[in-house]
Amino acid sequence: MKKNRKKTGSSDFLFYCITGMIITFFFLIVLYPVIFVIAASFSSGDAVTAGKVFLWPVDFSLDGYQTVFHNSQVLTGFKNSFMYTFVGTVINVTLTMCAAYALTRIEVPGINKIMFLFTFTMFFGGGIIPNYILVRNLHLMNTMWAMVLPGAISAYNLIIARTFIQSNIPKELHEAAEMDGCGDIKFFLKIVLPLSGAVIAVLVLFYGVANWNSYFNAMLYLNDKDKYSLPIVLKQILISSQIDPSTVTDPELQMQIARIANVIKYSLIVVAMVPIAIIYPFIQKYFVKGVMIGSIKG
Amino acid sequence: MSKERLKNPPKKNLRKRIAAGWQVYLLLLLPLMYLIIFCYVPMGGLVLAFKDYTIADGIWGSAWVGFENFTTFFSSYKFPIVLRNTLTLAVYSLLVGFPIPIIFALLLNAFPKKRYGKVVQSITYIPHFISTVVMVGIIIQILNNRTGIYGNLYMLLTGQTAEDILAKGNLFKHIFVWSGVWQSTGYNAIIYIAALSSVDQSLHEAACIDGATRFQRLLYVDWPCIRPTAVIMLILAAGGIMNVSFEKALLMQNDLNIAYSEVISTYVYKVGLQKGIGDFSLSTAIGMFNSVINFILLMIVNAISKRLTNESIF
Repeated sequence: MKKNRKKTGSSDFLFYCITGMIITFFFLIVLYPVIFVIAASFSSGDAVTAGKVFLWPVDFSLDGYQTVFHNSQVLTGFKNSFMYTFVGTVINVTLTMCAAYALTRIEVPGINKIMFLFTFTMFFGGGIIPNYILVRNLHLMNTMWAMVLPGAISAYNLIIARTFIQSNIPKELHEAAEMDGCGDIKFFLKIVLPLSGAVIAVLVLFYGVANWNSYFNAMLYLNDKDKYSLPIVLKQILISSQIDPSTVTDPELQMQIARIANVIKYSLIVVAMVPIAIIYPFIQKYFVKGVMIGSIKG
Repeated sequence: MSKERLKNPPKKNLRKRIAAGWQVYLLLLLPLMYLIIFCYVPMGGLVLAFKDYTIADGIWGSAWVGFENFTTFFSSYKFPIVLRNTLTLAVYSLLVGFPIPIIFALLLNAFPKKRYGKVVQSITYIPHFISTVVMVGIIIQILNNRTGIYGNLYMLLTGQTAEDILAKGNLFKHIFVWSGVWQSTGYNAIIYIAALSSVDQSLHEAACIDGATRFQRLLYVDWPCIRPTAVIMLILAAGGIMNVSFEKALLMQNDLNIAYSEVISTYVYKVGLQKGIGDFSLSTAIGMFNSVINFILLMIVNAISKRLTNESIF
């Protein structure tokens, strides 16, 4: 390799320089807004309003975070989102794994047709209103179930899990188990699940992030303030700029809400990204893997 | 049944095979219930598009009106506006959002400092995890003409206050599309980077011996190897072209940009659920128009690609 590089040196060197510059440029473009948001969230209201913040916090202050953590709206939103995400993801992963294994058993009559029915939902669906009427008729409005049941299985994730099982659990294993009188359910519980750790991690990640970030269903189906999930609260504060002073419990902070409105928003953005930042290092490995399993099928 | 037995004599007959698979069907019980109730019942609900829905009569009791809801939509003054906005955002997103991850992946792969490349890669896909609400919050904050990055830098460079770009409707498409590039380039590049890592190294060695520069190897070795992946991604992207990122458009809308930011899917939502009395039938019809166009596009692109490159998803 080294020899090659020397031989074709000069023109390649230029190419590497340009490549490095483009990559670094893009890298900085992605990174800078994040740094700015964090810096602004630790600055004082006046510094942000005057536009003095660039890279580092100016007039270091924690007012924004104090307001956020003294806001009952935000705390309720966090609590609800945790619950919806946890329950939702358990349901998602359980149903998806059951279906994924069953759909690998193509010798059983009808399985291919059922697979087609699942795949078809990737490309066509009823749309907003029929779904809304369905949820209303099932009396799920304003309950947690409206958040977790529609969308319990995503066809895309189902295909990822099915592809994983097909390519990682040899057919011979199933045949041998069958000979020994092991039924499909036992095989699924004792062999398939223990061998599917990697794909289960991928599913938890994909579904978990989707549930945590889910906004539209929450907006349609939840209308009780105590049931609001975090994205609804974030929308009200970040985008509609409505922060209800009565929901901030600290009277001193209530007074200055108007002055530090921008800092509150920056702090809230940071707080909303923290859960993802915490789990990110653990899931990163699986994440790339998941995208790749998905692409094999593609 | 007898025919089947003739075709595959060693196989057990159908009834026995069904009976032998009872555990598989049991595993599928809940997923199938979900599929029918939450996917196919709403698809049946599409008949609403051909009816005049009233709450008292329900979906099935309401009167049939044929294509009236569709003609109402096509003849409304809103139709050309939302169609134009949808197509503008969709085509613009595709033209920018499709090639950039490929170029990024090719360059990242060609860069000799692998450690640095890894770091860049794992940082650049973090924005993918940011929820739409937070993303729009970030856009609004950092593009603020007084307190955001945009305002601060403008002030620093020119000494004047910047004009409010969020209030300018005709800039909406640029903000929408390029913030999308910011958020998803790293994520979309993963699949190409993975494909590039499996390129046969002997091809590169052979090209080196023939005196190819690294740039030539990128064009004639790397790119042909990931082209099939790119074709599949293009088909999928074209099939979803009318699904302009709906939540984002809805959240980025304000009174000043609404003439440019109202797309079909946000309009569906407003007609059906936001106005005082929602018109469920009209809304369903508009949504159905969107899905059908999408589905037809997917089929066309898939067929073209099958003919030209032998790559297809069906």
